[in-house]
Parts: sequence; C-alpha cells; structure tokens
Amino acid sequence: MTRIDRKFEELKAAGKKAFVSYIMAGDPDYDTSLEIVKGLPAAGVDIIELGLPFTDPMADGPTIQLAGQRALAAGMTLNRTLELAAAFRETDDTTPIVLMGYYNPVYSHGVDKFLADAKAAGIDGLIIVDLPPEEDSELCIPAQAAGLNFIRLATPTTDNKRLPKVMENTSGFIYYVSVTGITGAAEAEAGDVGPEVARIQAAGDLPVIVGFGINTPEKSEAIAKVADGAVVGSAIVSKIAEGQPVDQVLAFVKTLSDGAHRA
Amino acid sequence: MNDLFNSFMTGPDENGRFGDFGGRFVSETLMPLILDLEAEYEKAKTDDSFWAEMDDLWKHYVGRPSPLYHAERLTEALGGAKIYLKRDELNHTGAHKINNVLGQILLARRMGKTRIIAETGAGQHGVATATVCARFGLKCIVYMGAHDVERQAPNVFRMRLLGAEVVPVTSGRGTLKDAMNDALRDWVTNVRDTFYCIGTVAGPHPYPAMVRDFQSIIGKETREQLQEHEGEGRLPDTIIAAIGGGSNAMGLFFPFLDDKDVNIIGVEAGGKGVDMKMEHCASLTGGRPGVLHGNRTYLLQDDDGQILEGFSISAGLDYPGIGPEHAWLHEIGRAQYVSITDKEALEAFQFCCQQEGIIPALEPSHALAHVMKIAPDLPKDHIIVMNMCGRGDKDIFTVAKHLGFDMAESD
Ligand SMILES: Cc1ncc(COP(=O)(O)O)c(C=O)c1O
Repeated sequence: MTRIDRKFEELKAAGKKAFVSYIMAGDPDYDTSLEIVKGLPAAGVDIIELGLPFTDPMADGPTIQLAGQRALAAGMTLNRTLELAAAFRETDDTTPIVLMGYYNPVYSHGVDKFLADAKAAGIDGLIIVDLPPEEDSELCIPAQAAGLNFIRLATPTTDNKRLPKVMENTSGFIYYVSVTGITGAAEAEAGDVGPEVARIQAAGDLPVIVGFGINTPEKSEAIAKVADGAVVGSAIVSKIAEGQPVDQVLAFVKTLSDGAHRA
Repeated sequence: MNDLFNSFMTGPDENGRFGDFGGRFVSETLMPLILDLEAEYEKAKTDDSFWAEMDDLWKHYVGRPSPLYHAERLTEALGGAKIYLKRDELNHTGAHKINNVLGQILLARRMGKTRIIAETGAGQHGVATATVCARFGLKCIVYMGAHDVERQAPNVFRMRLLGAEVVPVTSGRGTLKDAMNDALRDWVTNVRDTFYCIGTVAGPHPYPAMVRDFQSIIGKETREQLQEHEGEGRLPDTIIAAIGGGSNAMGLFFPFLDDKDVNIIGVEAGGKGVDMKMEHCASLTGGRPGVLHGNRTYLLQDDDGQILEGFSISAGLDYPGIGPEHAWLHEIGRAQYVSITDKEALEAFQFCCQQEGIIPALEPSHALAHVMKIAPDLPKDHIIVMNMCGRGDKDIFTVAKHLGFDMAESD
C-alpha cells in the first residue's frame, strides 16, 4: 500500500473528495518552489503533483511550458527534482507526491536507477504523459514492481473498447483529462465530465481524479462533485509566473482546495 | 533458410519498432488517433485504387518519374566514380516532400478529415502540404518556428499564396522541433476533424514506415532507371542522401536495403563541426538514444535528457533527431552515417551550380559534399547515385549572405 492508497482510504472514511495541486519543480527557482511545496499540505492539498521539467512538453500549454523553461533556466534537473522531493519528505511523511512529466529525462537517467532514486526520494507515483499502455514494458511494469504507482491518463478519446487497456496496469488513481487539448487551454464542464467519470468508475475500482481546465474554486467544487477529486495546475502556476509571494500562492491554493472539499 | 529472415525490409514490427527504435510514445489522447491512422494506412497499402490514384497524381501533378541524370562534368571534375543524380528537385514544389504529402492527403480524404496540419522547417514540407491542400480544397495550417519564418520568407509567402495559414511558433526556441510540438498540441486539441501530415520519417508509428513507403518511389525509380542507363541487373555501388529527419534518404535507401553489395551512406548536417560545442544537427554521429515526438531514436540532448537545439546553415536539416529506421540501420551497421559542415556544403553548392548548371538546395549540397570527398578515390566503374532532393531557389538568400553578396531589394 502506497501513501496514495492510504490517502484515498483516509479521504473515503472522512467522506471527502481529493484536492490535487500541480506545480513545476524548480519554478521559479529551487528554494521558492520547495517553500511552496512545503506549504501545500496546510493549504489543503491531499496529493502533490510535482512537474519534472522538460524542454519539449508536448501536452502542455504556454503556462506550464514557460514554467518548465524557468525551472530549467534556474538549473533544475531530474536529480534536483528528486532532491526537492526528499527535502519535502523530511518535513512530511504522509502527503503523497506524484511526479508528472515526460519520458526522456527518465529514460536518460536509466529506468532502474530512476526508480530506485525516486523511491529513495519519497516519490509515490508517476504520471508520464508520453507512455501509453502500448509502451507499458518501458516504465509502467518496472515502476509497479518497484512499489511506485503508475497513474494513467484517460481522455475523451479513450472509448469503451480501449478503456480496459488503459485501466489494466494503472494503480493509485486514474487521471481523467477533462478536455481534448493541452493544459491550461479549454475549460472543463462538469456536465460533460460527470458521465465520463461515471463510465470510468464503473470500469474498475480506482478513484477517478479530473484535471485540465479547472481554474477557480467554483470549478474545483463542481468537478470534484462529479468525480473523486480535482487537479489544478496552470491556474496555480500562473500565480507563480506573476511573481506572487509564496503566502499568496498558498492562499489561492487554499481557496481551490476548500472548493473541492466542499463538494 | 528463410529469405525473409535475412531481410532488412520487414520492419517495423507490430509495435512500430525497428529493433529498439521507433514505437508509439504519445499521450493517451493521441493514441486512438494513430491507431486509426495505422488501420487506414494498412487498408490503403494493399488497395490498388489507392496506388492508382497516387500514380496518376505523381505522373501528372508532380511530374514523376524524376530523371536519373548522369552528371558527366561532375564525374570528370572529380576524376573517379561515375556520378548519377536522382533529380527529385524537378518535382512540382521543388523537393521530394510532395511524394509523401500526396499519400497522406489521399489518406486524410479517405478518413473524412477536413483540416490538415503540418510542421515545417525550411518550408518545403509546408509548401508541399499547402499545395496539395489547395489542389483538394482542404483547410491547411502550417506550424513554423518563428526563427525559420524569418530565414525562409519566400516559402512563407508561397504557403500564404496557396491559401494556408502559417502559424509562427514562439514556444521553446522557435525552430522545427518546436513547430512539431505545436502541431502535436493542435492535434490533441482538434481530434475529430484534423489530420496531422508529418513531413519526415519521424513521429509515432505508423508515420516513419508510412512516410518511408511514400518516399520509396525515389529508390524504386532509381533501380529501374539505372538499368536503362547501365544495362540489366546493374545496381549502384554507392547511394548517398542528406538527412534531416531522413525521409528523402529512406526513400532512396529502402528498396536497396537487401542488396548487400550496395553501399549506403547518409549525410547529416555537421553545422560548425561535430564536437562538444554541439553546434550541429548530427544526431547519429553526435547524439545518443532518447524519446521525442513519439519515437525512440538518436537525439541531441544534454546529460539530463533535455533536448538541445540543432544548428545548421540548412533549415531543412535543423532537427535534433533522426528517423528511427536510420537509428536502427546505424546500429546494425547496414548504413553508414557521416557529417558535413556548413562550409563544405556551401562549397558543394557552388561547385554544382558551376559544373552542372543545377542550383541545389542546401540539404542535398551536404550529400554532394560527401560525394566530392569520396568520388576521386573510387574507380571509374564505381557508380554513385546521389539524391538531389531539392532545388536551391529557397536558399539563394542564405547563400548570398554567406558569400557576402548584397541582395538588398531593388524597389
Ligand atoms: C530539399 C530538402 N531536403 C531534405 C530535407 C530534410 O528532410 P528529410 O531528411 O526528411 O529528407 C528537407 C526538409 O525541409 C528539404 O527541404
């Protein structure tokens, strides 16, 4: 059982929906982003998604692209990202951390070495955008064997025929991408998302968390209501891009988590 | 022993792999789309009516077959091997790119897609796509790095004349790889009506195989035409092509892969030289395996797996990766890959103009520069076929600048 599994049990017992936040590791620099991460649990974040910077984030919109560029310009690397996670773990041993990014930095590091290093740093799960089920042997299977959750994306183009394949080697939770598109672009609509979430919930017993296009406390609440939780990324990253001080970023996160927790 | 077992021509496997290279490294949103495309392509591949339509367009719209031309003066000047040029620069739109675009657009029509997107570097693939879209009345959007929009202005204007929308890409550093990222971002956003027409043998499966198959017309014609020149059964001794993503090269190479006596040489862009400064685009000679744009291949990257920008005088070669089939041919040793610097390519460019009255594109000028290196030491009965994959009209501004020639506009 991973920290992610335990977190969902806990939320279920309390009758609460999950609030998941995304920020890019090292944006705008290592120290600031560590300070933000450390403040997330108190701002009501149940699961921390930590972006692993990559030069070519093909599923991300401009907001997260630029966050990655800021992080890389400030010297962020995969090793530093794991260091950041480990530094957070010194202060918090229960809030799950999911690393979200693209395969090349992981592949370049070496899969086995990466899994050992990630585990040692206190990472609980992985979302690797460019590894569909067709490429499960690359990282998904080894990650599960190493005791890390491999969280898969399901999307509006994942039809019922394909859904079992997407669910098959997934663990922790399913991340439902609410729109066809990139991060930070279109707005998620609870009316469209609800039936899709129900379809995925019916296909297995993993929690279904919805992300992409959630940018206000109201949206966070509306989406969490029809799912097992909501993810906010670009909206938080925008505040960091504006240069808002850490306490203001965290205050904004609190409004979003309150939204999801009202659901 | 089964002949197929010894063949280099059976790839990719059902997972889109050439050995360890290739694959389908895309987000879940795109996965169903590339599976659809694969199914449609598999159907078309064995459908005579599809190829009949292709042949008709190749012949009457593109002007195929392109000649295989004995470059006598070049041969004489170099004093060694007998040199033939496969004249794909004579194709409509001035390069090999249209061979592939026609195939993909016919597929798009079969799939009922009405909106075509493409990435372009030098603008040749963008022009070819805009052209065929105009021919079939399809909406066309071309993503082009902002940096390339500047250095390839004539092609930008051509695309606009042809009715395409050219979107300058400012994400990343605004070159070909960023244009490809933005095209992929468009595709995940517009999944229902949009067809992504990729311009080289890269991207997720089935693109590398499909684009290769469409470009293979180059090698198939070469095979027949050389026999017309040199007698039945005569194969080239060496075939050479320039490599950006590797589509014109795969097109020439593929039909000869199983002819073990045919020497195969791919020429990468060496920019300012293949060394630690990484001011080049030689993915095979100066990169290592990684995953980008849907496939595993050799990439220019740093120690952290971050992708580096290539550098080349030729916008068409300015890509930090290479098609996965080339990565495989390199690893198994079936083809040899070398690099040529900007300076050498510029010299070959001028030499070709003067010796043959052909203004080549900067891309095949790289291939020619390598021909110039090896031909003098080869015997006179050694036949080299080089793919003259594009004409140089688009490059005269760049070349003028490097030669210090002032082309300031007169009124
Ligand atoms: C004339 C010409 N040759 C070669 C290339 C490189 O592409 P490829 O390696 O796929 O043939 C380009 C790309 O724009 C081109 O315009």
